[in-house]
Amino acid sequence: MSKVNFKRIVPYGDTLDDGKVQISFTLPVKADEQGIACAKEIAKKMNITSPEVVHQEALDQDFSYYIVYGSLFSGVDYTSIKVDKVTSTAMSMYEIEEYIETQIGRNIVVVGASTGTDAHTVGIDAIMNMKGLAGNYGLERYKGITAYNLGSQVENEAFIKFAKEVKADVLLVSQTVTQKDVHVKNLTNLIELLDAEHMRQDCLVIVGGPRISNELAKELGFDAGFGVGKYAQDVASFFVVELAKKIKEEA
Amino acid sequence: MAELNINLDIVKECRTFAHIIANDVQQMIDCHTTVAVERAILRILGVDGVDQYGVPLPNVLVTHIEEKGLLGKGILWFLGNAMLETHRSINEIADLVSKGMLDLSQVKEHTKEAVTRVLEPIIRSQLDFIKTNVAKRNEFYTKFGKPKSPELYVIVATGNIYEDVIQAKAAARQGADIIAIIRSTGQSLLDYVPYGATTEGFGGTYATQENFKIMRSALDEVSNECGRYIKLVNYASGLCMPEIASMGALERLDMMLNDSLYGILFRDINMKRTFIDQYFSRTINAYADIIINTGEDNYLTTADAIEEAHTVVASQFINEQFALLANLKEELQGLGHAFEINPQIKNGFLYELASAQLSRQLFPKSPLKYMPPTKFMTGNIFKGQVQNALFNVASTLTNQQIHLLGMMTEAIHTPFMSDRGHAIANAKYVFQTMQDLSSEISYKQGGMIETRANQVLLEAHSLLKRISEIGLFHALEQGMFANVKRKPTQGKGLDHVHAKMDGYMNLVLDMMKEELKGGKTYE
Repeated sequence: MSKVNFKRIVPYGDTLDDGKVQISFTLPVKADEQGIACAKEIAKKMNITSPEVVHQEALDQDFSYYIVYGSLFSGVDYTSIKVDKVTSTAMSMYEIEEYIETQIGRNIVVVGASTGTDAHTVGIDAIMNMKGLAGNYGLERYKGITAYNLGSQVENEAFIKFAKEVKADVLLVSQTVTQKDVHVKNLTNLIELLDAEHMRQDCLVIVGGPRISNELAKELGFDAGFGVGKYAQDVASFFVVELAKKIKEEA
Repeated sequence: MAELNINLDIVKECRTFAHIIANDVQQMIDCHTTVAVERAILRILGVDGVDQYGVPLPNVLVTHIEEKGLLGKGILWFLGNAMLETHRSINEIADLVSKGMLDLSQVKEHTKEAVTRVLEPIIRSQLDFIKTNVAKRNEFYTKFGKPKSPELYVIVATGNIYEDVIQAKAAARQGADIIAIIRSTGQSLLDYVPYGATTEGFGGTYATQENFKIMRSALDEVSNECGRYIKLVNYASGLCMPEIASMGALERLDMMLNDSLYGILFRDINMKRTFIDQYFSRTINAYADIIINTGEDNYLTTADAIEEAHTVVASQFINEQFALLANLKEELQGLGHAFEINPQIKNGFLYELASAQLSRQLFPKSPLKYMPPTKFMTGNIFKGQVQNALFNVASTLTNQQIHLLGMMTEAIHTPFMSDRGHAIANAKYVFQTMQDLSSEISYKQGGMIETRANQVLLEAHSLLKRISEIGLFHALEQGMFANVKRKPTQGKGLDHVHAKMDGYMNLVLDMMKEELKGGKTYE
């Protein structure tokens, strides 16, 4: 059997280096022979070798849908890829509780909300609520953490005001709607307001959401960003360590 | 259809408790008004447009009276008197007030009879216009026949009304029966309705009267083309509940999201404000023969679908009673529920069937609104397609009517045209291949499904009993629904609730109510 060449990685179908991919898309044209030919050309523009249109159907008079298979042979050097991940190793709830007790020695105040016009609460609820999600308890259940979940559509101003009142150590912001980059504007606004209130140094500010990466979060001035599949313990593992560091530095 | 044996005595008691709960809130509703109620009256009377600063005229007029501390008399009182004094039309008066050329609070007051006499024919003609909308809708049904259930409901959410038209027409041609235009995120918290055709929204398109008109006319066109009447949906819930209901009545919407509990729990809207608003908005919906949708399905997105299934049922009973108090008949009550059980739970599908079938049997005349999985949708579109297929099976087996199609890209983006296409094809396939399955099978007596349904019913019964003892406001304070706690003294919009003063007048409500009750018909 041939060995994987990490200097030149291509997709895998059923044989190493066959480069097989599946693509689907809609074209604003009629579903006919010309549409199929067009879909093939589109695939070629994507660097797909021998594209095959396996399915075409009309979505409307002038819209058609395609499923295309083909091969992609222009490989990627896997070894040269650098990913900016949140580097803390995730602890369990009990380890985090113990860490707070031994390394911080006081209650941590966490305030979370889905801010701006965003109405989605599933994300912030999964992190904050007692019950958590899929067996991962939320921060409300953690000993040593006082958690406030302000819910959805919380204005940045109100969010900050509340954080000030309860002397928050950590701010958790959830953003789900990302159409037309509405989240970027809202997140930028939050950091600006925190700066204006001279609060940015007082707390860790973390953002989470399905389209959020750590890279984007840092770019916008946040301490960290968490995407899909992260639970309370992932977020808490990060902020307890950072908070302990911060407290030591300040002392 | 296969039916479960459920304890009908318990069902009866549930209704009694729910009636006590709703009636208690109604006492508060009856002695208050809100800015949204008063603006809704103006909209029904045809007040439209904005002032030089872009403020909608209904807001200009209502704020004008509210600032003087007189809104408790009702906007109609001032409008009627102004008409008697100035002999001008309502829109001319609105224009004068917006330009600061007329102070409605300084106008000489006439007798209530005189004010009623001048307003009644104007209101009558507007109400007749709403009735022609009902007649037009019925003509479509006569021409094309009543829709088969489950009806396929899809959403469109581009932010641009003209792009929405393209998407909506495509969806209708693909087989959708009901098209909902999702509002721009945050609109439910605006205490005014934006004006004109709009092309910029986030996660949806602003609900404006002009946007309603544009979409209705596009859907009429495609209805005629497809030989099926395509229903149009928008959202009343929020701070402008009755106002948007008025717009829906005037522009022939067919279905409106209309649920205070949803606004209280998920938008932190003040409960007094929104119950008062809900009552008038449901009356308007009833008058315009518009089906309401309630939001119980959302409870299960924050609370657990197995542990909290009974809260959905309890809320359906309460919503039914609120609707009946607003003279909105059962046939117009699209009570909500959802398919939200964790896919990893053993026999989860059986519990889904139990809940769906229970709702069906508890509200046999109601066109139930059944929501697809959202909470456990992942980025794995292939698994998503399977989850949606199972949801489609549950819906056809339990004969749901308003079937919201699940999108396999639920957790990823607002639907692409192709996502909608896949969803419609999926549902059509399941509905066709299983068309008569529910009449071919029966539920095992005392089996898991029947036992589960009765257990949920019993839990709903004890919850309703408790709420009827402490009142709905206290129940909401204690977080009995969706695990969310709300206080009657907090939340958005409370500042604009006003106690009715002596001589308060809402002739629009009175006339609609009398007619809905089958009393004086004003003809």
